Amino acid sequence: MKLRRALRSTPGHILLIILAVLQLFPIALVFINSFKTSFQVAADPLALPHQLDFSNFSTAWDYGHFGTGFVNSLLLVSTTVIVVLICASLAGYVLAGKKIRAWPLVTMYFLAAVTIPIWLFLFPLYFEYSKLHLLNNPVAVGFIVAAINLPLAVFLMRAFFLKVPAALEEAAVVDGAGVGSLLWRVMLPIVSPGLLTVAVLVGLFAWNEYLITTTFLQTPSSYTATLGYLTMNGTFTDQQGIMMAGAVILILPVLVIFIAVQRLFIEGFVSGAVKG
Amino acid sequence: MTTTSEALPLGTPIARTRRRPRAGKYYLLIAPSLLLSAIVVLIPGILTAVAAFTNWNGISLHANWVGFGNFRAIFSDPVFRTALGDNLKWAGLFLTVPVGLGLGTSLLLLRRPRTRTLYQVLFLVPYVLAPVTNAILWLNIIYDPVAGLWAWLQGHGLVGQVPLGSTHWVLLAVATVDMWHFWGFLMVVYLAALRQTPPEQIEAARVEGASTRQLFRHVYLPNIMPTLMLMFVMEAIFSFLSFDYIHLMTGGGPAHASEVLSTYAYTFAFSEYEFGMAAAVSLVMSFFGLLMGAVYAVLSRREMAS
Repeated sequence: MKLRRALRSTPGHILLIILAVLQLFPIALVFINSFKTSFQVAADPLALPHQLDFSNFSTAWDYGHFGTGFVNSLLLVSTTVIVVLICASLAGYVLAGKKIRAWPLVTMYFLAAVTIPIWLFLFPLYFEYSKLHLLNNPVAVGFIVAAINLPLAVFLMRAFFLKVPAALEEAAVVDGAGVGSLLWRVMLPIVSPGLLTVAVLVGLFAWNEYLITTTFLQTPSSYTATLGYLTMNGTFTDQQGIMMAGAVILILPVLVIFIAVQRLFIEGFVSGAVKG
Repeated sequence: MTTTSEALPLGTPIARTRRRPRAGKYYLLIAPSLLLSAIVVLIPGILTAVAAFTNWNGISLHANWVGFGNFRAIFSDPVFRTALGDNLKWAGLFLTVPVGLGLGTSLLLLRRPRTRTLYQVLFLVPYVLAPVTNAILWLNIIYDPVAGLWAWLQGHGLVGQVPLGSTHWVLLAVATVDMWHFWGFLMVVYLAALRQTPPEQIEAARVEGASTRQLFRHVYLPNIMPTLMLMFVMEAIFSFLSFDYIHLMTGGGPAHASEVLSTYAYTFAFSEYEFGMAAAVSLVMSFFGLLMGAVYAVLSRREMAS
């Protein structure tokens, strides 16, 4: 009986292992080949490196402008996360408590905005930004990424505020708390798990953003880390070792953070998908 | 109702009478969100709808009204038809392959509580990496005609020519990378939905001697149906907006073979400075999205009603 069950679950195990290998194989190849010369890569992309040579990494770091890139990426991501957290938590609170008479209208607007494609506003927004001299400014572009992620964040925060017992708010009001201290002292600690989920989710989206950044950031000094890396693609087309070293520089921090707080990411993806 | 707060007897809902004069404050709280969304999304969105009927070049404010001229030009352009066809193929792929993989895998993991978290993390790795990283790593390590894995396999006589150079295979080659990156996300969402199935329903079905297949059909499937529908709608929408991987890996080539509506619009705007045309393509793309979005709004409003 036990053996039969074990046999029956074997194909499932094999399938899962094959899929895991398929998901990770290209990334493993990146790590392996980042230590090799372009000649060694072309000879056999599957072979392990003979030595741990880090020269590809220093070349990639210089030509990929990763120093500037990481600073710009951090500027953009922190702008986006801060703006989204402030706006979405305030709006989520108002919508969850139906505090304003226009709440159904505002809710419908954000609901529609979740699925409004970037393409519907991209081109005039580019014009708007160029006239306001906000192109090539990672902080200003962070606001765009914030606005794109805002509707989803509003609904996530709204869901978190809905879980706060109404009695708690009433008690605070009876005690004479104003809106400001109510939000800051009473609500903020309760919804902080929600803020963390939103921050992780939106932070990842902002870090990985491509369409908006490639359109609005056009000077090398304003490039994010991913855009800086992209400029290497023309220069080092036949130098796979250096390209892969650059990829490792981009992959490693994200991978480390993801594995460290995987539960937060998975929770974020699930709640984002279900409520968004 | 007009009594002052001092005269209120105990037990009267104080909060309610106090809320009225504060309504202005609450509008102030929601103002930042509305302002941000208006500046970035709403106003440029309205401008797009207007610009689609003009010959606006995106550089000056000046533009002439051309009526449906842009749309006539687009619909008679063979590249537009290629692009629309590619979007339909893209949707066909994304609504089957990742859905099948995600659903199958999530069912496998449902019965493996101990290895579940590990597999979820492994399958999600490509999803958390940036499209730029994923695209470049596939371009260099898999699809490169000299040093890539494909070329190496080709050298050993195992595969045919590199697919990115072939007008036949290019779209599938790019879609493969995007699906590789995406399906793990679907799996995680499906698995979360499956796990929310009430245990009493599962127990009841087991007691009645339901087979694994019957258990899935009559217990799990109805429970995850809302999630399946929602994800289906979202995928359908995003299939018509897909941009990152195609723009990064082929730019729509070779010979427009992997052109989609988004790359088609992008070229109009930023290579030819025909923002009017780009806006018109955007409206066509968004039409599919808004159509599905309406379905989505109805679906989630039903969920929100609770």
